[in-house]
Parts: sequence; structure tokens; C-alpha cells
Amino acid sequence: MSAQSPLVRIRGLRRSFGANTVLDGVDLDVCRGEVTVLLGPSGAGKSTLLRCVNHLERPDAGFVEVDGEIIGYRHHRGRLHELRSATLARQRSRIGMVFQQFNLFPHLTVLDNIIEAPVSVAHRSKKDATALARELLASVGLAGREQSYPRQLSGGQQQRVAIARALAMRPQLMLFDEPTSALDPELVGEVLGVMKDLAASGMTMIVVTHEISFAREVADTVVFLDQGRVIESGDPDSVLTDPRHDRAKAFLSAVL
Amino acid sequence: MTNTEPRAPRLVRLKHQTDARMSSDPEKSSQPPRSSTGASDAELLAAPLVRLRKPWQWVSTAVILVLAAMVVHTLVTNQRFQWGVVWSYFATGPILAGLRLTLWLTAAVMVCGYLLGIMLAMMRLADNPILRAVSFGYVWLVRSVPPLVQLLFWYELASLYPELSLGIPFGRAFVTVRTAHLFTGLLAAFVGLTLDVAAFSAEIVRGGILSVETGQSEAAQALGLSRWRVFRRIVFPQAMPAIIPTTGNLLISMLKATSIVSVIAVQDLLYSVQLIYNQNFLIIPLLLVATIWYVILTTLLSIGQYYVERYYARGNKRRPPRGLWTIARSTLPVRQFLGADLAGIS
Repeated sequence: MSAQSPLVRIRGLRRSFGANTVLDGVDLDVCRGEVTVLLGPSGAGKSTLLRCVNHLERPDAGFVEVDGEIIGYRHHRGRLHELRSATLARQRSRIGMVFQQFNLFPHLTVLDNIIEAPVSVAHRSKKDATALARELLASVGLAGREQSYPRQLSGGQQQRVAIARALAMRPQLMLFDEPTSALDPELVGEVLGVMKDLAASGMTMIVVTHEISFAREVADTVVFLDQGRVIESGDPDSVLTDPRHDRAKAFLSAVL
Repeated sequence: MTNTEPRAPRLVRLKHQTDARMSSDPEKSSQPPRSSTGASDAELLAAPLVRLRKPWQWVSTAVILVLAAMVVHTLVTNQRFQWGVVWSYFATGPILAGLRLTLWLTAAVMVCGYLLGIMLAMMRLADNPILRAVSFGYVWLVRSVPPLVQLLFWYELASLYPELSLGIPFGRAFVTVRTAHLFTGLLAAFVGLTLDVAAFSAEIVRGGILSVETGQSEAAQALGLSRWRVFRRIVFPQAMPAIIPTTGNLLISMLKATSIVSVIAVQDLLYSVQLIYNQNFLIIPLLLVATIWYVILTTLLSIGQYYVERYYARGNKRRPPRGLWTIARSTLPVRQFLGADLAGIS
């Protein structure tokens, strides 16, 4: 596995909103089949970094490469030209994303939420997409809820549907943007459980979370961000138990 | 219900009681129930519930009934309404022809106006600053000009531009049309009202689109949906609940606003009526004919709006939606009093 090139390569990523620099030159590799957890105080740039990976956020400098393809740009004669929206959509369809606020489509049933992209983007038949959707729903523990509307479900159930929706496109990479932060404490476990299963199945994942125990248990790499920079990175044991950087120490002693 | 399941109603009642206390008397509810009443729990559980009396509801109902009776009385007894004349003209040929014109002019104006309006709203929300400016300028201009003036402008276009030609500016023209033949009263009415509806509907649609959370289009983009698909399938349906009530308003006001075409001699419902009473001077009964038709149409449109709203509200509520009839019944005061008795006595 180490011989393979990393699935995600992020180099020199910068992004600022006005005078506020959110990403200040981030370099990061994510290997295939590995789980990378991004930790850090709020405002450290974790979510912005994640959103740059599927170009929901446009970087000011630097690039993101997924599976050898630069996201959002085409390299031509020494310049990076921004892609047309149709080409960008094709790239995005291979990267699943799960949001803090679930962002299920409230006017569509659970089933329609899941089969929307496979049918309209990947041009699968409705029958195949539905069969896959049922399979995915069963795997996240929600068999039989196909005809429910999102608002009829609990937060934890909605987030599990959101995971199933992202998986229905058979992505090669999954992005999780604080997937449990909007949940009641008792519902956090069911979502983390699904994510653990997914990690065990070999999915490449980048996860922004405050669940330190999840990082310790599931992550292959923990990356600590502060003020838009990677200040600590490595396997969970060394980063979480013995951080070298003072900022990381302060943060971890506050959350643990 | 009481026979088959004796315990359930009691729970329901108890809930009523606490609700009523909380809302009517917050001071009392903060104290423990024992200290204020001195009754045991068993006594409290056995005590029947009495709903809060609302005498003003009865008084206001009585006043409204009297006022309604007065209106009916004067409508029936005042001979000068000439109801006989009203019914004799109600469904005659010229009136129905006018009605047909009003109906299809409204429909055509609304459909074309909204297509334009949706386009303008999308332009206004686009990244391209030129498109945004054009949309803004159009809405600003059209909303500033009274519709009657717009109507007369299109009708009198021939005096301003006797000929319209399509070609290169300052160069040669390919097609030339004489405007005197182009703009009949009806076409002027259609164009003027359509442009007016476009401006207003653009703002309605824009407001609706802005009411949809940005997370929705982000999630759709992250799935790889095309921009058009994101708009049509995800954003627009969710904008509809915000768009429909105002659109119903605009539709109904446009139904009546089409009557301004009578100034350029287009024979809509109102103008047909005017033509008749100009000859026989039965002004009031003939205006009543038009009014009753407008009332009927507005009623039908309101009912239609209810069902369209219900369709787009799907997924919004945990409970399945109620039918129109159920809502009408539950709105009647009698029904409420009956409901109160059932909850208190049974």
C-alpha cells in the first residue's frame, strides 16, 4: 500500500476571506484506504480545507489532486484554468461529502434523496439505483425507511441517510464535515458506528470532528491544524498522547 | 373511546389541565400543586377538567351574525339591486365571451410573465455582473411605470415608431414591420401586462430562491448534479412554498387588473358589461354580474392555490396534511365548543 501514490495530494493550499487568512499553505497526503482525521480549534481552517477538496471553496493558491486529477482546474501551458461546471460536477461525483447539517433534500423522500445523483448524474437505471439504495439503507440500519421524508427522521437517522446518499455514487473518497456536531449526544454513537464500518470496509476518508475517541480508535493519521497551518501530523497515538506543539497540547487537554 | 380504553382519556385530560394552567396563570403553576389546593393526588386525578370559558367568543359571534343578517336583508329587500336583471344577463353570450377573454388573457399573461420573471430572477442571482445589472434595471423601470401607462404606450407605439426594423444598428435593415398593423388592442394588452407581471414575479421568485438554505445547493453540487439540475430539482421546488402564496395574490389581482384593458377597447368581462349598460343604463345590476363572476373565479383560484401549496409542502410536516373540508369544519366556532365539551365531560 505504501508503494502506491497517495489518493489525495494537497500542496500549498491558501485561502483567505478578506483580511482573515484561513488556510496558510497546507500540504497534506491521504493514502488509499486510510482514514485521516483533522483536528483543531474552531477557525483553524479544518472545514475550509475539506471544502477545498471538492471545490465548494475556491483556493487562492495551491492545488488539490485526487487520484492524479487536479480538482477544479485544468493544467494547460503553465496555467491552471478553472473548469466548466459540467466537468467539475463529474469530478465531484466521485467524492462523497457529508455535512454537519445533513443537508438532505427535505422535499424528497429518503429513497429519492439517495437515487437522485445515481440516476441523473451517473445515468443508472432507476431500478438499479433503487436496489443499491435499499442495500445501502440496510447497511446503515435504516431498512424500510425508503418512503419517509427527512423531517420525519431523527438527526442521527438523517445523518445516516446522508451517508448512504453520498455512498450511492460509489465515491473513491468520502469527506465528513463535523458529521456529529449537530446531533444530540445519545445519537452520536449510531453515526460514528456507521463511519467505523465504512472505514473498516477500506474507504478512504477525511474527517473533521471533535470526537477524539473516534480519532484514536479509527484514524490512521491525525492532522492538527491551527491558524491555517498543519502543526502536527502523524499516527493517533503519538499526536494524541504526546503532542510536541504547545497549541496542540492546550487544545487536547481542553477537550480530553 | 371511554368504554374500550378507560385510561387514555384521563392522560389526555391531565395534559390539558397543565397546559391551561401554564398559559392562563403562570404564577400558580410555579408552585407545587399540593400547597395551592390542599387536595390529595387522588382527588386531583379524579377531578373533571373544565376548559377556560371564553364569553367574548360568543359575543363576537353574535355581533357578526347580526351584521351578516343585515347585509343579507338589504341585499334581498332593496329592489334597486334588480336581481332579476342580474340573473337575466348573467350567462348571456356577450358576458360569456368577455369572461373567456378575461380568463385566457390572464392565463397567457401569467404564464409568459412568469417564464420571463424566472429568467430575470436567475439573471439577478447570476455571477455575471452585466446580467445582474440588466435584470435590476428592467425591474426598476417596469415597476416604476403605472401599468395603465405601459398599456397605452404599447397601444400608441405606432405614433412613436411607425416602423420597426430588424438589422445592423446604423446599417441596413433585414425585416421591417409597420407597427400600426402590429399592435392591436389585444396584443398591446398582452405585451404590457406580461412585461409588468415579469417584473413583479422576478422579485417574488428571487425572494423564494433566497429563502432556500445554501447547504441545499452545496449538497447537490457535492453529489455532482449539474447546475441546471440543482436549480430545477433541488432549489426551485423548495422555493415554491415561499413563491406560491404571493403568486396566488398576483394571479388574483391580475385577473381583475386585466379589466384595465377596457380603456383600449378590448372586450373583456368588464368592458362587455360596460357596453351593455351604456345602452340600457342598468349600471348597478350589470356591475353586479361582473362582480359575481370575479368572485366565482377568485374562489376557484383560492381553492386551487390551497392544493398547490399542499403539494409543495410535502415532507414539511410530521403529520399528513388535512383536507380543505376538515379545515373549514374545524374553523367553525360551533365545532370548537363541541370539542371543548367532549374533552371536559366525557
